[in-house]
Amino acid sequence: MVQKIDMRSTLLSLTILLVGIFIWHVTTHVPDTGPKGVVLSQTETDTLLGKKMLPEDIEYYSAQGVEFSQLEQIASLNLSRAMIEAAGGIRALGISVPDENSAPAPGSLFPSPSQIGSELWATVTDPFYVAGTNDMGYGIQMGYSLLRVLIGYSLSAAVAIPLGFLIGMSPMFYKALDPFIQVLKPISPLAWMPIALFTIGDSELSSIFVIFICSLWPMLTNTAFGVAGVRSDWVNVARTHELSTTKTALTVILPAAAPTIITGMRISIGIAWLVIVAAEMLVGGTGIGYVVWNEWNGLRLDRMIVAILLIGVVGMLLDAAFARLQRAVAYAE
Amino acid sequence: MTKPFLSIELLTQQFPDGAGGTLTVFENSTFGVEQGEFVCILGHSGCGKSTIMNVLAGLAEPTSGTVIMDGELVSGPSLDRGVVFQNYSLLPWLSALKNVMFGVAARHQDWSKSEVQAHSEKYLAMVGLDGDAIHRKPSQLSGGMRQRVSIARAFANHPKLLLLDEPFGALDALTRGTIQDELLKIWNGTNQTVFMITHDIDEAILLADRILVMTNGPFARVAEAVEITIPRPRRREEIIDHPNYYAIRNHLVHFLGSRSKELAGQSGGGEVHSPETIRIDRTGTDTLEGDDDPTHQAQLRAVNE
Ligand SMILES: Nc1ncnc2c1ncn2[C@@H]1O[C@H](COP(=O)(O)OP(=O)(O)O)[C@@H](O)[C@H]1O
Ligand SMILES: [Mg+2]
Repeated sequence: MVQKIDMRSTLLSLTILLVGIFIWHVTTHVPDTGPKGVVLSQTETDTLLGKKMLPEDIEYYSAQGVEFSQLEQIASLNLSRAMIEAAGGIRALGISVPDENSAPAPGSLFPSPSQIGSELWATVTDPFYVAGTNDMGYGIQMGYSLLRVLIGYSLSAAVAIPLGFLIGMSPMFYKALDPFIQVLKPISPLAWMPIALFTIGDSELSSIFVIFICSLWPMLTNTAFGVAGVRSDWVNVARTHELSTTKTALTVILPAAAPTIITGMRISIGIAWLVIVAAEMLVGGTGIGYVVWNEWNGLRLDRMIVAILLIGVVGMLLDAAFARLQRAVAYAE
Repeated sequence: MTKPFLSIELLTQQFPDGAGGTLTVFENSTFGVEQGEFVCILGHSGCGKSTIMNVLAGLAEPTSGTVIMDGELVSGPSLDRGVVFQNYSLLPWLSALKNVMFGVAARHQDWSKSEVQAHSEKYLAMVGLDGDAIHRKPSQLSGGMRQRVSIARAFANHPKLLLLDEPFGALDALTRGTIQDELLKIWNGTNQTVFMITHDIDEAILLADRILVMTNGPFARVAEAVEITIPRPRRREEIIDHPNYYAIRNHLVHFLGSRSKELAGQSGGGEVHSPETIRIDRTGTDTLEGDDDPTHQAQLRAVNE
């Protein structure tokens, strides 16, 4: 039964993917055969020939997309092609024809799936090249972003989890710190950026600080919540076994609260990954967020989309790692 | 007069009643438990049995009064007082074996891991758990198996006093019977002092040397201490034929049925509440001893009504 559902859902996902790519392909596809030629019927050709128009001229203009009615007008001019061109082309003579240089059809600037595919392949096969400060493999750029997230996030966890324990175990601390948490928590990550840039100065440290501050709240509140919610029976087991406070925290409260704490950590890593892209777009220099901004400015939408896709994939992998951790610490009561 | 092994003196417990006043659960309660004795405490739900036990365990502070065990004042929890909670209180992220090892390791911090494990396995085997089952998490065990693990954890630590709060309350009758037998078997071998809460009269008669019966709260009292004059070893299918069995049982049913209500509800006004000792013996060989004691006779008469 479950297998059947799995199979069906996979099938449905694939269908959605294929339909999406197909729509994308159709809307962005541009045929490279210039303007469309006009096919004339035999009677139309005969009419034009009857008006003394040369067969090669008929072919030349119809290939440029000039309609039969306009060809009749050209024929009635009774001018040779050389003379028309010398006069500045048929357009100069007041005959409207499709413009070769007019703006391309909408969507054709947007890269097609095949362009993205080949760009993606190039990125995946050579992720670590360095060809200049502004031209590095996405693997390297991703490394910069991940490193910043890792540093900011680890610092955040190192503060949030012990502090969360303190708040969760002591109602006094909870009451004292709660107002600060409530005010600071809803501040948008990017609002911290100017403060960080002003006080810290260094852009590198500023983006790490923003990661730190944004990862802090979910971990802090979840740890406090998890620790405060540990069943008193389990704490009593620790007490009747004369465990020290540290030992109780490590052997009873930590495993009991671990699922809630890891949930907070999972939310935080998601936020950190969202924030790093935005922060790097702001401060520039390196990182996958900067890449997106840079490719946009260079109008390399294909490369930009590849970068965006990679951001999604890395975010998914980070989330999956924490999901696995969550399963590892889960317990059934 | 020498003090009993466990001496509860003038114990009073009050809680805020939620409406600005105070709720006195019990007042100036005074009783004792001898070393090696198996005592059951019987009373209606809400009369304060768990509250007494939490004080004995050191998990709760009484409003006033003292508990002295083995000559020492009880304050705070201790490894000397093992507790088996009604809801088993196993740590759900640890296997059955690891739960017992958790307790043993806390008691014997100088033991190696293999010593701790061997000791734990021995006590799990005593309650009938071995093989694959001991590596399962509590959520994968039946209620009966969980309570066995909990009992093994408590006994493995050889506490001076073992406290059990309605340990079999959530189990079906058959499982309860089996585990009662296992509990008796282990207790016989250890001469452990046991204080057990129950609301099951038959269970109390099967297990206890003495049953303390409580009146209803508030101002609950340990009104009587009923001696179980049925020789050990006791088997559930044999004790019902003992001449004292129904006499004791009827007395307890009568107490819980009506007298627990009649005696309830008044503040004693500072008077010390000690339980009256009740000894019911219909075997005809052991009656002379108490006959010249007038209070004892009065109690016997009350029983015979
Ligand atoms: N922490 C507490 N705060 C307020 N009232 C309590 C508290 N603990 C117990 N009580 C009250 O004390 C009385 C006795 O409770 P308890 O000892 O649990 O009864 P039992 O175990 O005999 O069923 C009940 O009326 C209960 O509501
Ligand atoms: Mg209770």
